[in-house]
Amino acid sequence: MKATAGVDWCEVVDALAEKHDRKPHALMGILQDLQMEYGHVCPDAQIEVALALGISPTHVSDVISFYHFLCSEPKGQYVVWLCQTISCDMADKDQIAKALSDELGISFGETTGDGLFTLEYTNCMGMCDQAPAMLVNDEVHVSLTPDSAREIIAGYRREGGLG
Amino acid sequence: MNEQVREIGTQIKVTINGEEYTARRGSTVLEICEDNGIPIPTLCAHDDLKPAGICRICVVDINGGWNLETACTWEVHDPDTVITTHSPRIRRARRAILELLLAEHCGECYTCIRGGNCELEDLAEIYGVRDLRFEREDPRFEPDTSSVSIYRDMDKCIQCRRCVRACDELQAVGALGVFGRGPESRVDTFEGMSFDEAVCTNCGQCVAHCPTGALQEIDHTRAVWAAIEDPEKHVVVQTAPAIRAAIGEEFGLPPGTSVTGRMTTALRDLGFDRVFDTNFAADLTILEEGTELLLRLQAALVEGKDVKLPQITSCSPGWIKYIELFYPDLVDHLSTCKSPQQMFGALMKSFYAEEQGIDPEKMVTVSLMPCTAKKFEAQRPEMADSGHQDVDYVLTTREMAQMIKEAGIPFTQLKDSQYDEPFGDASGAALIFGATGGVMEAALRTAYEIVTGREVPFENLNITATRGFEGFKTGSIVLEDVLDEWSFLEGVELKFGIAHGLANAHEVMERLRRGEMDDVHFIEIMACPGGCLGGGGQPIPTTDVIRQARANAIYSEDEGLPIRKSHENPHVNYLYEHYLTDGPCGHRSHELLHTEYTPRGFRLKK
Repeated sequence: MKATAGVDWCEVVDALAEKHDRKPHALMGILQDLQMEYGHVCPDAQIEVALALGISPTHVSDVISFYHFLCSEPKGQYVVWLCQTISCDMADKDQIAKALSDELGISFGETTGDGLFTLEYTNCMGMCDQAPAMLVNDEVHVSLTPDSAREIIAGYRREGGLG
Repeated sequence: MNEQVREIGTQIKVTINGEEYTARRGSTVLEICEDNGIPIPTLCAHDDLKPAGICRICVVDINGGWNLETACTWEVHDPDTVITTHSPRIRRARRAILELLLAEHCGECYTCIRGGNCELEDLAEIYGVRDLRFEREDPRFEPDTSSVSIYRDMDKCIQCRRCVRACDELQAVGALGVFGRGPESRVDTFEGMSFDEAVCTNCGQCVAHCPTGALQEIDHTRAVWAAIEDPEKHVVVQTAPAIRAAIGEEFGLPPGTSVTGRMTTALRDLGFDRVFDTNFAADLTILEEGTELLLRLQAALVEGKDVKLPQITSCSPGWIKYIELFYPDLVDHLSTCKSPQQMFGALMKSFYAEEQGIDPEKMVTVSLMPCTAKKFEAQRPEMADSGHQDVDYVLTTREMAQMIKEAGIPFTQLKDSQYDEPFGDASGAALIFGATGGVMEAALRTAYEIVTGREVPFENLNITATRGFEGFKTGSIVLEDVLDEWSFLEGVELKFGIAHGLANAHEVMERLRRGEMDDVHFIEIMACPGGCLGGGGQPIPTTDVIRQARANAIYSEDEGLPIRKSHENPHVNYLYEHYLTDGPCGHRSHELLHTEYTPRGFRLKK
């Protein structure tokens, strides 16, 4: 993930608008690219997106606020998305939630002090047959137990600590 | 092109509640029902806005389908469509929707500014809601009182998005959006900024389109009551041209009822020491702004100077803030003239105070405006050229009507009275400032006569090319046989443009930036659709039908006035002879009547 300090958003967004289009329909593509590159879409970037597409900055942030996987504030290096939809809920996702929360020492919606992990809920990811499931960045983990969830977190912690 | 689209507009037969009706193919169910007097409840629908299908209170049955459909968005294309607008299922569905809306609408009706004129309250009445099925949610928001114009109480918001859509579709400002999703969703600004920080023009179209009391004007009535009741204070009120054609609606009179004489009587009864007509300052504006245009033309055509043309009008404070925010590099196109409200205020605490021997410190100047942006304009720091804040308080049409009601004045039965001198007489040209195109028409009546010595060559002085609600109008008038001192204008085709509603202003400014306005000399822009008569401070509702009625009232009152041209206003001429002695755009008038602008830009500083 790239750092955002000192980025010339006008230039970055201009290149993305060239790639996707300079019309409102290009909004999602540009936001997804920004989210992927920088881990969030900061307000300055949102304003440049609005200017490039001829829409209001309010409209851009309105769209970001609607989607779970877009955000305007930076999150941790690893974002843990626990599925909260029916199948996972019935497969005792609450126990997984408690295990994750205990292991990381944070509540859902929060980021650890070292900036390594953010804990979030997500809606259905289509892994209902292997519930409960969670996503860490773009890797899927299924058939979780409290122990396996803790182990998965420990694995990322080792990886992140090394990186 | 598909068959159905090609046939839009042809007549088809539809069945509604078992009766057969003829309808225009492509009309919505709501339009067909409204045309035929069949009641359908609505909340998110508004005649000014595109259909959105958000609130779902208008659900109807189409051809016995599995789901109920929203009447406001369902276009009828199939002949023989069978529509049912009332059935047990529909009634239950609408009632459930209403009960859910009421559950998240927090606030007491009797302390609400929209009590008695609230679309949600009306529906609760129609549906006989006597208790709440769902427990009312706790308040979620602090009211936003940061703006000098607009008060937001989002706990009363039912998320119909009429404010969001008005701000986008009519005004191209985009101050408001819907954030979050599900039960957490809310109408808010970019980055959750308070209204005074947000990119907002203060035009009040959000207020005018809100079905509830979630958006309202910042109250000045209490301060005005205090001033009126203070015997030490000399309280003067000025009334804008668009009020007299609209305030009657607040007292049950039909839109388009001109109530000028009753309004002046009511204001005097209320306790104002003097009741003056803003139109006097509108006449003054025409002389200043017309002269400014002729000077710019002279500088461009004779002296070859690089002056900014087209000159654009500066009467509308919502428009001024819009150009400052969105086109800060183009503010030099604006006339430097203050708006009539501010010219008036500056003269009150200078000329008038001196003539009457009143200490300006003991004066309170109130203006009655169809506008919420005027509250912002009055508090701009540069609007103090008299040495005091030139205009102390601004009341909207709605606020003034409430004060008249509170005082127990029987408005509709009042006898007519005149405005007070010396700012009472004004021309018809000033009166039509209240309608889009009015400033242009007034300016042309005067400028043409200054240059040629003759009246504008139109029947009864009515320049019809400037009238009507088209978003952007253009026209021209050829200056022939001009007086010697204006010889450089001989044969010049003076081209003008008129836009109203900021979405249209946006189009004009984009064209101007592309160089497509280089041959135009003068453009009038008003922030609100229809001009001031459709202002954000006017009675609610305002729709195109109501705007037209108000415009008709203004134009017919103009026709009946003895003076129709600003330069023939004797009081304006007196002012130039005795006070602003170096004439229009002279040194003294520049000090008092002209202003400068703030290029703001909208790359926000938090």
